[in-house]
Amino acid sequence: MSGPAARKISDDLLRPLLRTSWRFYLLVAVLGSIVLTGLCTWFYQMWMGFGITGINNPVFWAFYITNFVFWIGISHAGTLISAILRLVNAGWRRPVTRCAEVITVFALMIGAMFPIIHLGRPWLFFWLVPYPNQRMIWPNFRSPLVWDFFAINTYLTGSVLFLVLPMIPDFALVRDRTTGLRRRIYGALALGWRGTPKQWHRLESAMSIMAIAIIPVAVSVHTIVSFDFSMAPVPMWHSTMFGPYFVAGAIFSGIAGLIIAMAAVRKFLHLEEYLHPVHFQNLGKLLLLMSLLWGYFVFAERLTIWYGNDTAEVAVLNVTQRGSFAPLYWTMVVCNFILPLFILSQKRLRTIAGCVIASFGVCIGMWLERFLIVVPSLGHKFLPYAWGQYRPRPVELIITVSTFAAMALLYTLFSKFVPIISIWELKVGGHDVQETRLERAEHVVGELRP
Amino acid sequence: VSAIYALFTSPDAAQRAVNMLQSAGVGDDRITIVTGEPYEEYDFAHRDKATWMWYIAAAGGFVGLATATWLARLTELAWPLPTGNMPIVAWWPNLIIMFELTMLGGILAAVATLLVTAKLPSKRTGLYDPAVMDGQILVGVEGPSDASAVERALAGGELRRV
Repeated sequence: MSGPAARKISDDLLRPLLRTSWRFYLLVAVLGSIVLTGLCTWFYQMWMGFGITGINNPVFWAFYITNFVFWIGISHAGTLISAILRLVNAGWRRPVTRCAEVITVFALMIGAMFPIIHLGRPWLFFWLVPYPNQRMIWPNFRSPLVWDFFAINTYLTGSVLFLVLPMIPDFALVRDRTTGLRRRIYGALALGWRGTPKQWHRLESAMSIMAIAIIPVAVSVHTIVSFDFSMAPVPMWHSTMFGPYFVAGAIFSGIAGLIIAMAAVRKFLHLEEYLHPVHFQNLGKLLLLMSLLWGYFVFAERLTIWYGNDTAEVAVLNVTQRGSFAPLYWTMVVCNFILPLFILSQKRLRTIAGCVIASFGVCIGMWLERFLIVVPSLGHKFLPYAWGQYRPRPVELIITVSTFAAMALLYTLFSKFVPIISIWELKVGGHDVQETRLERAEHVVGELRP
Repeated sequence: VSAIYALFTSPDAAQRAVNMLQSAGVGDDRITIVTGEPYEEYDFAHRDKATWMWYIAAAGGFVGLATATWLARLTELAWPLPTGNMPIVAWWPNLIIMFELTMLGGILAAVATLLVTAKLPSKRTGLYDPAVMDGQILVGVEGPSDASAVERALAGGELRRV
C-alpha cells in the first residue's frame, strides 16, 4: 500500500502517540490512585499478617486464587486467539491481533501476582524457582504449583515475544516520524530495522513458528491451572473434565475481555475506521459459540455429579444451586449463558453495544464461576464437622478492585506509547483488498471482451 | 557515487526497476530493496526466503526437552521426597515440565535465529530512506560499476544519489 492511503493509516494510528489530551492524564491519575491504594493495602496485609483477610480454616483459597484463575483465563484472549487467526490467515484479524496480545501479557502479569500475594510472605516466592542453592533443596516437581511456575513463565515469555516482534517495524515507523528524545527511544526499540525482504521473511517465519508453538502452550497453561484443583481429592474438584472445562472457560472470558478492550480503544482513540462492527460481530459469534460450549460443560459436570450421588459432592452441588451460594450461581448462569444467548443469537442485537453488554456479563459470570469452583468445595469437604464459611474482608476486595484498575492503567499506557493496531499488518491487509478489486476488474473486463 | 537508489510509489514500478537492473547485469546480491511492509505478491520480495529457522527451532525444542528431563530427574534425585505414593522420579508430572521447556526452547531458538539472521539489533548501515515508512519502495544499488545503466533502470522512480 502506498501514497495517501498508507499515510492516512500511519497518521491515524500514530495520533494517540503524538498527541495527548488532558483526559489521558485524568484517566491515568484516577486509575493510578486506585492501583496505589491496592498496593498500600497489600503492604498493610503484609504488615498485619494474613489474618486480616477472610481466609481461614477450611477455606484457604478464596478471592486471591479466584482472581488468579480469572486473570489467567482472561489472558487467553490474546495470544491464543491471535495465533489461531494468524495460522488460518483470517484477514479480519489484522486490526484485532495487537489489541488482543496486549491483554495476554498484562493479564498474565496480574494473574501471576496472586499466588505471590496469597503467599502471605511474598518475599519468599523464589522458593518456587528451581535454582541450585546451597543445600540443594529443590521445589517438588510433582507439585502442581511448580507446574504453574513453568507453564505461566513459558506462556508469558512466548506471549511477550509474540507481542513485541511485530512491533519492531512499527517502532521503525515511529522512529522515522518523530524527533528528539522520542526518536532516540523508538530508534533503540526498532533495533535498526530497515525492512529488507530478508528481514520481513525472517519476521514472518518466526511469527509462524511462535503461533504454532503458542497454541498448545496456551491450552496447557489453563489445563495446568485446572490441575491445581483437580489433583486434589476435594469434592467437585477431582474431575477429569476440569482441563478442557477450564480451557473453554478461559477462552470464553478472554474473548469477552477482548471485546470490551476493543470497544474502549475504538471509542477513546477514535479508531472507528479500523475497528469495524464486523470485527465485533465476528468476535460476538465466537463468544456465542463459547457460551454454548460453557453451558455444555456445566451441564455435563453437574449431571454426572448429581447422577453419581456421592454424598460429599452432592452437598457441594446443593449448596451452590439451592443453598447460600445459589444467588451467585444463578447470576453466573444468567451472565454466562442466558444473556449472551439472548443478545448474540439475534443479528439485530449483535451490535457493538450488544457485544459489549454480553461481554461485561460474561466477565462477571466467569469471575463468579471461578469463585464458585474455589470456595464452596473447600467449605464443604468430606466431613461435615469440618465445614466452614468464607466472607471476604476489605483488603481482599480492595486488592481485587485494584487489579482491574491495574489492567486498565497498563492498557491505557500501552496504547499511549505503542500503536495499538499493527500498522504494517493493516497495510498488508490493504493488498488483499487491492488484489480483490483488481481481480474483480479483470473479471469484468474479461466478460466485456468479445 | 557510492550508491544510487530510487523511491517508487507502486510495487509494480519497483518490480519493473528490479527486472531492468537484472537485465542490465546487476546481480541480486548488489540490489537493495527496502519496503515498509512485506509484498508477498511480487518477485522482488521473494529474495532470501530460504531459511533454516524451522530446523533451528526444532533443535531448540530438543535442547529444551533434554534440559527439562535432566533438571526434573536431577532435582528429584537430589532431594528425594516421597509424595503421594509416587515414585521419586515420576514421569507423568515430569512430562508437564518437559513439554513446557520444549516449547520454550523452540520459541527462544526461533527468536534468536530471527535476531541473528535479520541482523537485529544493528546500526543502520545499508541504504535507507525514511520515505519507505510512508509506503514508498526503495530500490537501489550500492557501489554501482555502471552508474548510468543503473540510473536508466531506476528512471521510473524518484532518483537519489548517496
